[in-house]
Amino acid sequence: MRRLLATICLLMMTVGARAELVVEVTQGVEAPTPVAVVPFGWSGGQALPEDVAEIIGQDLSRSGFFKALPRTSMLSFPTRQSEVFFRDWRVTGADYLLVGRMIPGEGGRISIEFELHNVLKEQRVIGQRVESDLSHLRDAAHYIADQVFEALTGLKGAFSTRIVYVTAEQLGNQNARYRLQLSDWDGARPRTILESREPIMSPTWSRDGRKLAYVSFESGRPAIYVQYLSTGKRERIQSFQGLNGAPAWSPDGNSMALVLSKDGNPEIYVLDLVSRQLQRITRHYSIDTEPTWSPDGKSILFTSDRGGQPQIYKLDLATRNLERLTYEGNYNARGRLTQDGRFLAMVHRPQGADFTIAVQDLKTGRLDILTQAGLEESPSIAPNGSIIIYASQEGGHGVLAAVSLDGQVRFRMPNRGGDVREPAWSPYLN
Amino acid sequence: MRALNVMKAAALGAAVIWAAGCSTTSTTTDADGAGMSGQGGTGADAYGAQGSGVSGADMADLNQLRTVFYFDFDQSVVKQDGFADLEAHARYLAAHPSASIRLEGHADERGTREYNIALGERRAQSVERLLVVNGATASQIETISYGEEKPAVMGQGDASWAQNRRVELKYVSR
Repeated sequence: MRRLLATICLLMMTVGARAELVVEVTQGVEAPTPVAVVPFGWSGGQALPEDVAEIIGQDLSRSGFFKALPRTSMLSFPTRQSEVFFRDWRVTGADYLLVGRMIPGEGGRISIEFELHNVLKEQRVIGQRVESDLSHLRDAAHYIADQVFEALTGLKGAFSTRIVYVTAEQLGNQNARYRLQLSDWDGARPRTILESREPIMSPTWSRDGRKLAYVSFESGRPAIYVQYLSTGKRERIQSFQGLNGAPAWSPDGNSMALVLSKDGNPEIYVLDLVSRQLQRITRHYSIDTEPTWSPDGKSILFTSDRGGQPQIYKLDLATRNLERLTYEGNYNARGRLTQDGRFLAMVHRPQGADFTIAVQDLKTGRLDILTQAGLEESPSIAPNGSIIIYASQEGGHGVLAAVSLDGQVRFRMPNRGGDVREPAWSPYLN
Repeated sequence: MRALNVMKAAALGAAVIWAAGCSTTSTTTDADGAGMSGQGGTGADAYGAQGSGVSGADMADLNQLRTVFYFDFDQSVVKQDGFADLEAHARYLAAHPSASIRLEGHADERGTREYNIALGERRAQSVERLLVVNGATASQIETISYGEEKPAVMGQGDASWAQNRRVELKYVSR
């Protein structure tokens, strides 16, 4: 895959290593911190294709940690420290202020200089110069949002990451078009990775962000494929009789957990991607599916209806100790863990209600429902654990939505038609 | 598996007898769908009386048999109202060893996609077992699950969902 920020080089002007706010992602925030992202100055002639400050403000707001001040409440549009009157910004209630300016260079190049200020202390927090060009302004905006996020929270920003998802378009008369799409984390700049007349399912990223695995029915039967994003080259890695589904790369990238029903019913297997040896790790007549690895690679979580209804179990790969993790509600499935292994996001159906996305704190056992009840499914967590993207429905069509881990901020991705489903969040890409 | 073979043999025998003109046949009664049992039926159960009888050679009648069988939510038990037609399909397959079918299992959109793929497969396997104990040979049957990926009808609500929880029986060759 093309290096996302290949065209951006950095001149570090200050060191912003210490976080301004110490925020536990997992506890959520009492109230989002107000930040004023002032429109960046532009000394070039032509109109720019992207509003960089707007993208930065949107990124920060959607994280749940920040609230971008509306431009209508700004008394002035400073672009550098010497133009800032901190008293004006204290009046607006902003705790932090981001200003910047964009300077045209040779051959469409654009230099962006930005400064983040603490309004109360009247101090600069970070300042950087970013080299970009007309066609990469969105990358630059996400990069700057990442820097601001990290400076203020101590957590690495995930705004430069990407998502993949599946769309289905019904063309009538049993004719459908399925597409595997890749886009920015916020749904912008989608492009098609694979198109098929038969279903595509369960896309997932390799830990290095260079490959995708997914299930495709293109041969008339489900099979698991691996595809390189940089070249588009693909390989069919598993196509047994019966189900071949739910691929999940191990954290070290050397193995893949998957589901096969070649022996009669769905079981979890681990495929060694080097030796191609297959090891069966569940043995039960129930449905065992949707494996996902713990971040340390020592255990696999999966969905099983061995208790009568789908619930999430954890299997220790060394000891083979099996533990049931979920007890609340009558349908808990497709778990995904945060990178610290503490929080389990899942599809959850409370007694007598519809499907929701919920998060369970594996330390305390506490379960929080984050979304409305409906047909919510396929939760996927940002690499920094701050946001969960998931599939929802609107007007009878599948759409993508996201919710901050504390449930405070929710938003929907733009839908360009058809049913959108199965989002999968990339790891950090740079 | 061995028990299943014995039953298959018994069912096959029954089917052959039936094909030869006997009105006695096998019916299947099983509430949980886990293990089917073939039993000699009574005259009252005869398929002809239910209007779904088919002679081994009669394709016109084969075309009148149901080919879509519906299921309850999160269940893979074949409903009794589908037994007669499935048994007739089984007899046809028994009488035509070169015939083959494909069973496509489906689920409604509720719940997770990979779980629903597994559920669709379970439903297709339930139908397959019922066909096999009634005389079809496993090698004549191919199963595939599409889960919730290929709904029969779009739209939400119990009526749509009920039509999407299904197994479709399709003849690959007759």
